[in-house]
Formats: sequence, C-alpha cells, structure tokens
Amino acid sequence: MSGAVSTPQTAPATADRAPSGVGARILRAQGLQIVFILAVIVVFFSALKPDAFLSVSNFRGIVVNTSILAVLGVGMTLVIVTGGIDLSVGSVLVFSGVVADKTMKALGGQGWGVAAVGLLVACACGLGWGVLNGVIIAKGKVPPLITTLGSLGMALGFSQIMTTGIDLRDVPDVLVNNIGFGNVFGQVPSLSVISLVVILLGYVVLHHTRFGLYTFAVGSNAEAGRRVGIGVDRHLIKVYALCGLLAGFAGMMNLSFFQSTTISGQSNTNLNVIAGVVIGGTSLFGGAGSIFGTVIGLLIPSTLQNGFVIIGVQSFWQQVVVGAVLIAAVFTDQRRRARSMAGATSRTHPLLRLRRGTPPQGEPR
Amino acid sequence: MSVLLEAVGLSKAYGHVEALAGADFDVKAGEVVAVIGDNGAGKSTLVRILSGSEQADSGTVLFDGRPVTIANPQDARRLGIETVFQDLALAPHLDPVQNMYLGREVMRRGLLGTLGFMDVKSMRAGSRRAFDDLGATVTNLTGPVGSMSGGQRQGIAVARAAAWASKVIFLDEPTAALGVVQTRNVLDLIRRVSQNGIGVVFISHSMPHVMEVADRIQVMRRGRRVATFRASETTMEQLVGAMTGALAQDGAS
Repeated sequence: MSGAVSTPQTAPATADRAPSGVGARILRAQGLQIVFILAVIVVFFSALKPDAFLSVSNFRGIVVNTSILAVLGVGMTLVIVTGGIDLSVGSVLVFSGVVADKTMKALGGQGWGVAAVGLLVACACGLGWGVLNGVIIAKGKVPPLITTLGSLGMALGFSQIMTTGIDLRDVPDVLVNNIGFGNVFGQVPSLSVISLVVILLGYVVLHHTRFGLYTFAVGSNAEAGRRVGIGVDRHLIKVYALCGLLAGFAGMMNLSFFQSTTISGQSNTNLNVIAGVVIGGTSLFGGAGSIFGTVIGLLIPSTLQNGFVIIGVQSFWQQVVVGAVLIAAVFTDQRRRARSMAGATSRTHPLLRLRRGTPPQGEPR
Repeated sequence: MSVLLEAVGLSKAYGHVEALAGADFDVKAGEVVAVIGDNGAGKSTLVRILSGSEQADSGTVLFDGRPVTIANPQDARRLGIETVFQDLALAPHLDPVQNMYLGREVMRRGLLGTLGFMDVKSMRAGSRRAFDDLGATVTNLTGPVGSMSGGQRQGIAVARAAAWASKVIFLDEPTAALGVVQTRNVLDLIRRVSQNGIGVVFISHSMPHVMEVADRIQVMRRGRRVATFRASETTMEQLVGAMTGALAQDGAS
C-alpha cells in the first residue's frame, strides 16, 4: 500500500453497499455465467437435433461421463482454492485401482465383502499419496506443481511396474452390475448418485464448515492465517490428503465402470479436471472458488463432446471449444481480480465500479 | 495506573545492522503511547518483538511486573496483546465477519459444532457490535474485504484487534494509507479503545496525530528510547529535536 490515497475513498463504499446477502453472492460468482454458457450449449444442440440430444438416455450418458471427474473435481477445487494444484489425481486414481484390483483378486475376487475391502484399500492408497503430496508441499516447501508432477510419474510408474503395463480386469461382478452399470430409482445411474453425494458433502465442507473457511483463508492470505493461529501447514496437508482420498475413491468408481484399471487411459484426466474447476470459476491464484461451479465446469466438456457426436461434427472440436472456454474463464477471473484489487488500492475505474454496483439481476454478462 | 507491559534493554541485530540497541519501552493500562522516530530507528522491530513476530537477541519483557517470553503471536494473544500490522493481515477474499473471527470461530453447539459448523449468526452479531462500538464504517458484512476501501479495511483490522485485546494493542502506522475522514475515525477509535482500560501503542510518522491522540510520546533513535514526553507538555520542536538528535547537530533536517 502506498500513501497515495485521497478523496476517492468514499466511492468504493457505495459500490460495496449494493449487493449483499447469499443470493447476491451466488449471482456475483462466475458460477452463474458458466450456467448460462452450459444452457446455451444445451439449447444449441437441442435445436439442431432435438430427438437425439433431448432424450433421457442421452442426458444420462452425459451425467455418467462426468461422475468420476466430478469426484476428482471436488478435491481439486479445494486444492486450487488454497492456491495449489494437484497433477497427480489421474495417476493416483490408476494406482489405487491397481492395488484394489490386486487385493480383491487375492481375496477371491467376488462378493460385497471383497468389494468393500477393495474400496478401503483404494481409499487408503489415495490418502497415502495425498498425505505424501501435502507433506512435501507444506513442510518441504516444494511447489505444488513440481511435487504433484513428481507423484504423477511415481504413481503411474508403480502402477505399470505392478501390472507390467497390462490392464487388470478383476472386478467383482457385484460392483460392475450394481455400481458401474447399476441404476437406482429406475433410470438414475448409481455412479452418478455416489458422485452427487460426494459433491454435496464437498459443498457443505467447503462452504459451510470451519475447514472450508480455513481452506479459503489459506488461499487468500496464508500469512494472515498464520498470524491468527491457523495451522497453515497442517491444513494444506489435510487438503491434499482429501484430494488424494477422493482420487482413490474415484479409482474404485473407475474400476467398477470400465472393469479395467485403465492404466494408459488417464493421462489427461488431471488436466480435464483442472480445466473443469477453472472454467467453474475457481481462481488459480487461490482464495476463491465453488463446488457448484466445478460441477458445471465439468459438464460443459462432456456436453460438448456428446453434442458434437450427435450433430455429426468431429468430436475433436470439443477440445478446441473447451480450450477456448478455459482461456475465457481465466481471462474473466483475471479481470475480476483486477477489479476487486482496484477497490483495495482505491484506483477503481469508474466504469468497473458502476458495474459492480449494479444489482446483478437479469442475464449475466 | 500500573505499568502493564514493559521492555528493558531489548537488542536485536540483523546481520551487522543493529535494529535495537538496548531499547526500553513501557505502556500503562488505559493509556495511549505513541512511538515516534526516524526511519530505521527501530520502531517496527520493537513492535514485532513485543507482538511475538520476532525474538529479541537480549533484553527482558515484563508483563504485569512478571518477566514473560513472547515466542510467537499466539503467546502475545494469550496475554491479551493484539497487533495491527501495516499490511493489516486480512484475508482479502473473506468477508469482514470471517476476518473478524478467523482463528477464533464461534462453533455451533453440540454435534454440529464438533463436525465443524460455525455459528455464523452470532459471529455476525458480534462483528456488527464491534464495528459499531468503534464507529468503524463497515456497511457490508458479506462482501470480500479486498474490494473495500482502505479506511474500511483499516477499521476492520483495528476493530478485530480491539475486540480481542484485553490488555494492549499495537498499531503500526495505522493512518499511513488513509484519507482525511478515515484518519479521523482511526484516531477517535484509538481514544475509545483506551477508554476501555486497554493500553494502546501506536507508531506514527505524523506529528499532529501523535500530539493529538497520545498521552505519552516515546522517541526512538538508533535503536534506543532517547526521550519520553507527556503529550500535553511538549512541542513539535522538542519532538523533532529528539528524533533527529538535533542537540548533537548531526543530520538535522
């Protein structure tokens, strides 16, 4: 802060007063803009191919395809809110699947009991990698990008060593039939219900508990957290541990769905998840983000992929569009950061101030 | 009034730069003490040591007459000492209530509290009361503090310290970044806090502010306390003279 502050001090105050309350907070979030984009995409494909796109089974497919990514997305959102990143989620997912697969095979390979042990093993593996990431980042002060790039390679390497690179397929039938391809309430895929439960839990934890508050605080200003006595290092370890745990859990979902450890099929999973989280408005700089945004941010690529196939456009276009949306999302995040910091240094551009003060009703920009 | 917090002969060196060279300091309950001095006189180092952010190389700190060790900010907090640093140490993405209670959240009763749910309502009410008590003009309790004006953020930081301090508050350059109206508010705030029996220590470069609000003024120079004045019995010339060491005629401005 420099001393060059004078009269415009009063101006931001008026802008601050305008939107308050929970409703306004949600509207102010990038979440709504991103819902709007998703809606446009859905309307676009619906208009072109109403019969094929607008069917229950099609939406069911989109949702199933997003379910596993969404579980990873919950953990990734927390990590990115702290200002970190976790590149290892895809590899940890594979590693957990491999170890769970081997364990279940050794235990006889069938039945709910074996599946339950497999789930515990998968979660434990994920947790282990997560704790390792967290300790190296928080205590060893190795940047998250490097730490998780390292554990990405290690987890994948171990998976390949354990399997000699050939996918394992020892998944109990009960898992495949009830979880991977099972439905509850008739048409609702089990996989998506499980995912929804994880999403809701993640939402409550991040937005309504002290753990979530500390996650935001650490990402916003770790030094401020330290000064008020928050165990910043411990909290970071917990967040990475949770992200790893969810990757292990997702490993079990993945195993149930594909009936395979998909060793070579997860090389872009981490980036797809990160893209979804960032499109959903979580700031790569930490301190801001939402679980709701992440879910929408992950649905956009799935919907695009699905829609392009249906209207007969090469599905490779999905990558192009998602890439553009990603850049646009970070661009708006940067603008927003500049705007909110402008208030802090009292250099608010009059136009920006006007905008922020406008009641955020009507369609989002 | 008894001496609440006292430092005797504090020394601190960074490499071969001596920031404090046997500095003394004291503040009584309900008193406003200003610490002034030129750049590099050791004011900020003194505050950082007494608030637990740094350790002195040698010297004694007495609290209520007993020697104490303040090894970290939590130790200071336990003694009832709060500090508002120049950078305010607010989390810009969090709202005023969250900042106010950060690290001291009020949890819900029973199982919900154990699960990590907070009593947002009572924290909001507590913050509202704290801001109103001090006349801090925080109009929006739910927006991120990063989007608020310098005056509002200063108000939040000071109100937070005042709400939690039971004995002493340190304010490092509380008016440096503020406009006229906000400065007025902070100075009033300092007065009001001290009326609650809390010792207020504030560091400032602004002579008029110091003269106006302080009971006593301690002048630091080259890592030592070189003079103490009653604000009512001193003049600007005296203060500047002590600050610059004008008697010795070195580097007088």
